[in-house]
Amino acid sequence: MQNKFIEVLNVTYKYDEDVINEVAVNNINLSIEKGSFTVILGHNGSGKSTLAKLLNGMLKPNEGKIIVDGLDTAEGKNEYEIRRRLGLVFQNPDNQIICTIVEEDVAFGPENLGIKPDEIRNRVDSALETVGMSEFAKSAPHQLSGGQKQRVALAGILAMKPECIVLDEPTAMLDPIGRKEVINAITKLNKEKGITIILITHFMEEAENADRVIIMNKGKIVADSKPAEVFAMSDVIKASGLALPQTTELLTILKNNGIDINCGIISPQNTADEIFSVISRR
Amino acid sequence: MIKNFTLGQYFNTASVIHKMDPRFKIIQIITLIVFLFLAPNFIGIGILAIAIIFILLISKVPLKMYLRNLKPIIAIIILTALLNIFYVTGGTVLVSWWIFTITTEGLLKAAFMATRIILMILISSVLTYTTTPTELTDAIESLLSPLKFIGLGEAVHTLAMMMTIALRFIPTLTDETDKIMSAQKARGADMESGGIFKRLRALMPILIPLLFSSVRRAYELAEAMDCRCYTGGKGRTRMKKLSPSLKDFVALFITIVICTSIILLRIF
Repeated sequence: MQNKFIEVLNVTYKYDEDVINEVAVNNINLSIEKGSFTVILGHNGSGKSTLAKLLNGMLKPNEGKIIVDGLDTAEGKNEYEIRRRLGLVFQNPDNQIICTIVEEDVAFGPENLGIKPDEIRNRVDSALETVGMSEFAKSAPHQLSGGQKQRVALAGILAMKPECIVLDEPTAMLDPIGRKEVINAITKLNKEKGITIILITHFMEEAENADRVIIMNKGKIVADSKPAEVFAMSDVIKASGLALPQTTELLTILKNNGIDINCGIISPQNTADEIFSVISRR
Repeated sequence: MIKNFTLGQYFNTASVIHKMDPRFKIIQIITLIVFLFLAPNFIGIGILAIAIIFILLISKVPLKMYLRNLKPIIAIIILTALLNIFYVTGGTVLVSWWIFTITTEGLLKAAFMATRIILMILISSVLTYTTTPTELTDAIESLLSPLKFIGLGEAVHTLAMMMTIALRFIPTLTDETDKIMSAQKARGADMESGGIFKRLRALMPILIPLLFSSVRRAYELAEAMDCRCYTGGKGRTRMKKLSPSLKDFVALFITIVICTSIILLRIF
């Protein structure tokens, strides 16, 4: 376990210190490797969004410590450096686009970093290209679809050249097409640019391409493993209030009925292949 | 319907006026308006009228669009003209009835005032038709930037940022108002009948949710700005720099010539 980009050590966080029972994040230990693609799954109120804000220092842990790229998030002087290295994309694309023109919004982050105009231009063009939004560079944000706006928000973070991007339910407000566009863009960033990705979501389908899947429930980590292994833990998934995809559900039922089948699969195509191979073995 | 609506009155014809540096445009238009009020006689107004009509023509915006802007102020123009007709005395008396007297001087003065107002509206429309709100904001920020020497640099930046955010959220909030209105109508709200007070009261169920959601949006936007390392105007660079080109200086030269001739007309 070298190359640790983020280390979360015994972190506990409460929104209201006086209330004893409402612990948003409860004694979590976690380390994220550089260049990895981690999906954090959890139901509403599982503490996953709180974790996102803890990671970039917007919230400071009550107990424990978070180290991002060697910098402690609790120290005020590290705030700026941490935000430059770890970008955060939020759920509602409308509330994170600041400027009236797409390319100017993407330039907002680099402008804050005090980068030279020519270099900003290059970064903006390449960020828009990466998320496939070049043709909308001069458009007004309100003319775009949800998925397009969310990709603009992603480009805005990308133009700051972070090493890690944390996405807090980026697809929750999008239609299926928009969700796919955003997930494809995220996957591309991880595979082609080697950017560390932490995707927080409650859609299990989006965890398929991840290197690692973490399930959170009531502020604690209840599962942490490779996607196929996590998807097979149907009891844990259901106990965490998450919906099992129909395909995985089917495979689980088959397995419970004594059929030797791998149930850590999500996509319909792979499910069909698995069922086919079991049938042909018989 | 709301999706297609564009901000301000920007009408893009990619003319030379559209491509001008917005700072030069603002300054010259303000100067022309000031000189409209300094022009002493019809010769002065004539010079300005020729210049303004020339600007309207090269902006390539249909004249109909300009005339549309005159409509709301027709009443004011007529009123001003009437006041001048009846109050200015001098010259030959044309008609005299009861307390009203119309003189040649009065008629001339009325025409003079009306032309002045019409020209002022026309030239200010040029600014709104040929400049995007974003350009205007950038220009205002740049024009006010000398204030940093008296310690107001951050205030200027904040003002420009507020204008940008306001412009950005107008369509979003319009959309939202539409949604809330539909939602309230679906619950049986009646917004179209009754007297003015009843209608004003009917607006409350729209304004309150709108205010709530705006505050929530503002909070989220502030978080997003924080996450993108926003720390105010200090140490911030801009991707686009406004830079005047040859046409801006040519236009400036013409404006100076016009203004000088008006000053000369006043002196002699």
